[in-house]
Amino acid sequence: MPKVVDNQQIGPLIWKMQVEVPRLVEKAKAGQFVILRVNDHGERVPMSIAGLNREKGLLTIVYQVVGKTSALMTTVEAGGEIADCVGPLGVASHVDNWGIACLIGGGIGIAPIYPIAQAYKEAGNKVITIIGARSKDILFYEEEHKAVADELYVCTDDGSYGHHGFVSDKLKELLDDGVKIGNIMAIGPVPMMKVVANLTKEYNVPTWVSLNPLMIDGTGMCGGCRVAVGGETKFACVDGPDFDGHKVDFDLLTARLGAYRDQERKAMKRFLEDPHCRLAESVRQFKYPDEVNK
Amino acid sequence: MNNENKAVAKKKKKLEGPNKLPIKERMKIPRQVMPAQDPNVRKKNFEEVPFGLSEEMAFIEAERCLDCPTQPCVKGCPVEVDIPGFIKLILEKDYAAAARKIKETNALPAVCGRVCPQEEQCEIVCITGKGKSGKPVAIGYLERFVADYEREHNLVQLPKNAPPTGRKVAIVGSGPAGLTVAGDLIKLGHEVTIFEALHRPGGVLVYGIPEFRLPKSIVQAECDVLADMGVQFRNSTVIGKTDTIDELFEMGYDAIFIGTGAGLPNFMGIEGENLIGIYSANEYLTRSNLMRAFDEDEYDTPIIRGKNVAVLGGGNTAMDAVRTALRLGAENAYIVYRRSEKEMPARIEEIHHAEEEGVQFHLLTTPIKFIGDEQNRVKAMECVKMELGEPDASGRRRPVPIEGSNYIMEVDLVVVAIGNSSNPLIPQTTPGLECNRWGNIVADPETMQTSRKGVYAGGDIVTGGATVILAAGAGKKAARAIHKYLMEEVKK
Ligand SMILES: Cc1cc2nc3c(=O)[nH]c(=O)nc-3n(C[C@H](O)[C@H](O)[C@H](O)COP(=O)(O)OP(=O)(O)OC[C@H]3O[C@@H](n4cnc5c(N)ncnc54)[C@H](O)[C@@H]3O)c2cc1C
Ligand SMILES: Cc1cc2nc3c(=O)[nH]c(=O)nc-3n(C[C@H](O)[C@H](O)[C@H](O)COP(=O)(O)OP(=O)(O)OC[C@H]3O[C@@H](n4cnc5c(N)ncnc54)[C@H](O)[C@@H]3O)c2cc1C
Ligand code: FES
Repeated sequence: MPKVVDNQQIGPLIWKMQVEVPRLVEKAKAGQFVILRVNDHGERVPMSIAGLNREKGLLTIVYQVVGKTSALMTTVEAGGEIADCVGPLGVASHVDNWGIACLIGGGIGIAPIYPIAQAYKEAGNKVITIIGARSKDILFYEEEHKAVADELYVCTDDGSYGHHGFVSDKLKELLDDGVKIGNIMAIGPVPMMKVVANLTKEYNVPTWVSLNPLMIDGTGMCGGCRVAVGGETKFACVDGPDFDGHKVDFDLLTARLGAYRDQERKAMKRFLEDPHCRLAESVRQFKYPDEVNK
Repeated sequence: MNNENKAVAKKKKKLEGPNKLPIKERMKIPRQVMPAQDPNVRKKNFEEVPFGLSEEMAFIEAERCLDCPTQPCVKGCPVEVDIPGFIKLILEKDYAAAARKIKETNALPAVCGRVCPQEEQCEIVCITGKGKSGKPVAIGYLERFVADYEREHNLVQLPKNAPPTGRKVAIVGSGPAGLTVAGDLIKLGHEVTIFEALHRPGGVLVYGIPEFRLPKSIVQAECDVLADMGVQFRNSTVIGKTDTIDELFEMGYDAIFIGTGAGLPNFMGIEGENLIGIYSANEYLTRSNLMRAFDEDEYDTPIIRGKNVAVLGGGNTAMDAVRTALRLGAENAYIVYRRSEKEMPARIEEIHHAEEEGVQFHLLTTPIKFIGDEQNRVKAMECVKMELGEPDASGRRRPVPIEGSNYIMEVDLVVVAIGNSSNPLIPQTTPGLECNRWGNIVADPETMQTSRKGVYAGGDIVTGGATVILAAGAGKKAARAIHKYLMEEVKK
């Protein structure tokens, strides 16, 4: 069973976990993902690669608490174990020298663009990174990105830090200023990827997005992860997760992500009410976005 | 001797000696009926449907074997199990020896006794079945009986492995093909490691075939025996991703067997197929079996529980899916199949079980479009009636749509069970590995050797979706050839 070397909170509902999986780490490339189970009764959850320490064989993943399994993950202590972790899965991000390459990370997507930024940089690109979050307290990985990017822009929706506005606003500014971006990679919530893709279509800049449909096996066996790209059905776990953002049917993806909404909420509620699990207060107080507004 | 004593003596003989009843008497014994859960009870639970034969019933059934000199059953069995031989051992009440007899050629009797299509293999040719009763010896029941007896009474003997040869074998995939190769090669003294993509070994036996037909504890017991014999299991390892075939050689494996199955689900390619509530059979069954979504209080993986469920297809997979749907609470569970009942590839027993449980069959019918609601969930399916036209390449009459016969069927869950293609992960990452135009790995039918030296393949990845026993049989052949290769061509 893979050892969890570290598991710490880096934002109100964001954790960073390091897992010892030497062979996986040796083989992994930026843009790939893993599937893990916390325990033997658990779900198989996909997580993007957010960092690789090849010397120590450590994989970093950054996750946000959105439901039962991610909440359960926060309870694993450093030095503990998870049931399994398989990978690297999916096709690595396409890396080339485009001159100027831009990375856009929204919310939890800030993490997986980090290793891709490193790969773009190594390929000789000038790297422009734009990261954004709803507000300052849920921003993370700024230092990491600063160390890699030639230019880093930080945005918050509420203006509590950095540029006031969405990552797509900043991107539009750059494009309007005539910055010759040769390639864009955007990872984040589906609405963000959709907005970015719609924008860059107008400017005709090739744009990759990393899709996160529900998955089970991650090897092409179940077809649960199917997405529509350019009118064709693709299996995100083996054909992706990166796809041409200009061709993706984002609405279908959004709809399919909601397939188990009621069951997920029931499971989460039950989990949070269980007095036996040791949860951080912020997790214990977890609310779904639509419950917050009420 | 008076008549009464005669009867007693006869009975004694019957219980003592191997099949000494005169043929005429044996022909008169009716085929034993396997006790099973009542359809109305079982359609609400996931427990195994048939209970298995009692010792008494097994003995009586074994007496029905005529021990005929031609032994057509042996030829009918794809791996030529010595059927009369193991039946004789049942009559001697040495059930463990009977199980061992089967294992000489078939490593997985507890599995095969449950899932093999005996009615098309060993039983269809049985001479007893040609008699007045018309009912062949229940070979499958007997196979299951001895294997269960051996396991439940802790009589499984670990065969003694040959002295270590110093040769290492990697097996990719832990379905019946891979498990068979592993069992044979470990006995011969080789070091054996199985690499499995999923977190649990067994292949289709654990992720596809439901608990009510093949309890997972049985598959686990088979894997445990292999582990006790020294086979290493590396679960959660995807060959082609975590390691490639060439890297396995670099890691010191001398030969490799690929038994990765046919695990890439086909879809219909019609409008609306990506709506929520349309599953491939693989996804539906994996959620229920491997992830145990049916037990929602204990396990975290969710599954959609439809009220009106249509399963598309007519094979074993379709029957497993539709019977799972009933157990997950469906009010109406339909099989929608484009040909007629005669062409259905599923085992007769499975079709029969499905019928008993209340599955409704819409034959000569095919969907042409799925219709969703405002939340993108499937709510109906447009179907068209078919009629059978001229025979196609497979010899089966080709279904053709009847114009104007379209109708709407209300459904809230659809399971597509129209077969699998082969997964390209390994071929894509293995230079020089020859595949045919369907993506199946090409292997020599006798040695199972592929176009790459030291690489062997067998089971569904070579044949396309077939059966457990054919996969196991391919494993036997491959193990023989791999052993020869290791001893003759790999110098240590
Ligand atoms: C290739 C890939 C990479 C991913 N990388 C990361 C990552 O690096 N960090 C991270 O926090 N999450 C990542 N995800 C999403 C993560 O897998 C899900 O958040 C997780 O499975 C949720 O499980 P849960 O039980 O906590 O929540 P659930 O109760 O299952 O879901 C709660 C909510 O989260 C949404 N959700 C569920 N699954 C997903 C999903 N796969 N993608 C997006 N939203 C989902 C649901 O729609 C629902 O609204 C990735 C997903 C994929 C497919
Ligand atoms: C629902 C269903 C019901 C069936 N019912 C019957 C029945 O009643 N009777 C019967 O005889 N047959 C039945 N079959 C068919 C039978 O199960 C198969 O023919 C048989 O399991 C094939 O065995 P296999 O060893 O070739 O592969 P599989 O059983 O498919 O196992 C292949 C294994 O390889 C693993 N794998 C795949 N790719 C990789 C990789 N790259 N790296 C590592 N591991 C990998 C898979 O995860 C899997 O565990 C049924 C099939 C299904 C799907
Ligand atoms: S997750 Fe099963 S096919 Fe992609």
